[in-house]
Amino acid sequence: MLLAKYTLLYTVVLMLVALGGMFSERSGIINIALEGIMVIGGLAGVLADMYLPFSPATVVVLSVLIAGAAGMLYALLLGYASINLRADQTIGGTALNILATALAMVIAKRVNGTQAPKLNYSNKAYLFNIAGLDLSVFIPIGIVLLLIAYFILYKTRLGLRLRSCGEHPQAADSVGINVYKMRYIGVLASGFLGSIGGLAYIMPAVQTWDFEQGVTGMGFLALAVMIFGQWKPFRIALAAIFFSLFRAMANIADSIPFLAQLQWPKEIYNMMPFLASMVVLALTSKKSRAPKAEGIPYDKGMR
Amino acid sequence: MKNNRFRASLITIASALLCVLVGLVIGFLALVLLGYISLKGGSAPFTLGDVLSTAYNSGFKQVLLGGVYRLPRGLRNEIALAAPLIMTGLSVAFAFKTGLFNIGAAGQYAVGAFGALYCALIWNLPWYLCLLGAAVFGAVWGAIPGFFKAFFNINEVITAIMFNWIGLYGVNTLMYGGGSSPMYNLKTTKTWPVSAKSPASLIPDLKELGATYFQRPGTIAIFVAVVIAVILWVVLNKTTFGYELKACGYSKSAAKYAGINEKRNIILAMAISGALAGIGAGLYYLSGTAEWQPLVSTALPGIGFDGISVALLASSNPLGVIFSALFIAHISTGGGFMSANIFPPEIADVISGVIIYLCAFMMLFKRRIGGLFTRKENEGGKN
Repeated sequence: MLLAKYTLLYTVVLMLVALGGMFSERSGIINIALEGIMVIGGLAGVLADMYLPFSPATVVVLSVLIAGAAGMLYALLLGYASINLRADQTIGGTALNILATALAMVIAKRVNGTQAPKLNYSNKAYLFNIAGLDLSVFIPIGIVLLLIAYFILYKTRLGLRLRSCGEHPQAADSVGINVYKMRYIGVLASGFLGSIGGLAYIMPAVQTWDFEQGVTGMGFLALAVMIFGQWKPFRIALAAIFFSLFRAMANIADSIPFLAQLQWPKEIYNMMPFLASMVVLALTSKKSRAPKAEGIPYDKGMR
Repeated sequence: MKNNRFRASLITIASALLCVLVGLVIGFLALVLLGYISLKGGSAPFTLGDVLSTAYNSGFKQVLLGGVYRLPRGLRNEIALAAPLIMTGLSVAFAFKTGLFNIGAAGQYAVGAFGALYCALIWNLPWYLCLLGAAVFGAVWGAIPGFFKAFFNINEVITAIMFNWIGLYGVNTLMYGGGSSPMYNLKTTKTWPVSAKSPASLIPDLKELGATYFQRPGTIAIFVAVVIAVILWVVLNKTTFGYELKACGYSKSAAKYAGINEKRNIILAMAISGALAGIGAGLYYLSGTAEWQPLVSTALPGIGFDGISVALLASSNPLGVIFSALFIAHISTGGGFMSANIFPPEIADVISGVIIYLCAFMMLFKRRIGGLFTRKENEGGKN
């Protein structure tokens, strides 16, 4: 039961963030800043939860939306650098990761007024229980967003256009698609989904968060999930379940008799999802098919 | 022709200074905002002038003055921090020169710290052998992403990120060892101080040079780092080996066509890059002032990521790295001297993050201007 609880928790996080990465990369922008976007979204959502003076249900809705909005704003920084200024997307993303942790620590310290970048909040309104299984509101949110993501990417004109910009932006431009606009949409979608994923990671599990640790590499794991999921929504969801099982082991190793007997240090379990992702990446690398134009700034003059 | 090259490097330096300037301005604005919030929290009325003077006097002045703000201790700390920063900066810069982005310097640094401390605390080796141990551990950790890149064609950035975390958790596990590791001191919850277990492993002090001014002079770490930077510059610019590595960076297929073993070079370049980061950790943890804390090290070492800012700011020039590392050490040390209840020291990291962000596209503008000069040079028939 505990395994199911934690696996679900992490599945939603990894899936949302990887879906965010998918939108960005499908439009042609490598988004390595997902980790930072998660931190910003988590921070904004937690602050909203702490300070909004409304009924619990309203606060839940608003904090999720505020997290999403904050993430979109932050992702705009990546969009501006990599779309308009044609910067190196990996370096820009790295800068935003570093900046996000630093900003979150500064803000968290100022908010709680001490030298420790920790925030305390209440997460009761986000949790509910069905048949003895602890769930959070992020699970239905995640499922809905997964369906919407699939629908937009494959069943709408917007999705088709977005995908074309990640494959061959010159061709897309030649038939009148605004490549810059599509890429902005991709980056903004990744900001929205990534930051809600960040909140989904921080909020349901604990009631206090130390922002010094950022989001402990979940954003980077989500990148592996996205690659393993081959930039496709439902495959990403499956990949997220796979990785979450490994991640959940760290939380529950003590309570499973067989694993507890091994007496491995907890760090081994923390390490596992990262090791698993390397094995998976090595095995799938030959078949892997990334969007062709990702990482290459689009220059109209090069058409 | 020499004149052109001179102008190109002037443009490089100018654009780096511009990044720094904008970064500092944004840092100042953040301080003004924080100062405003803190004054508003008090009951006394205040003016804009008060806000500005708070921001300047208890925050920005410290950042600008850096270690000089509190002599002599501050300057010593600044130099002690600059040495490992030069090394991680060189690590990232060297990889950039060979066309690779080594985001894994943080993990290689952590693994290098383990190597250094293991050689020191368990084997009680002299300091130079401990540094070598750190280099070997870092090199292995750096070679792994290179291996995945060369043989599986997996982007080195992804692999390095994964191995950052694997390295951090692995190092924590080994140093803690369930509390029974011989490296771990249960009382202080840190690794044993090197000075207590193996004084010979400490990097020698600068007794003759600095003793009259500093009460406790720093170590020779900074000189080790500078010497390595110079060696690296020579290797990259004056040797066939360096030329081959750079050729792989410019165009993998062209290098292969020219008969360069590009797989071997990728792995080698990453291994050297990792070794540099490892030595950086050695310089830091063998200085006698720092121990590893396996239970609370849940975040990757920031010095590894600061290496990225250092390298970008220096346009990956090994000699430039010396100066940009000093600058980053300068503002970080200064950040620690701000009034911490108003201005969290992480403001320095904010400034550093802004600088990397600016560098991401600044370098592009520069390359475009610089491109004009190099093209002329090529037409001149040389290079």
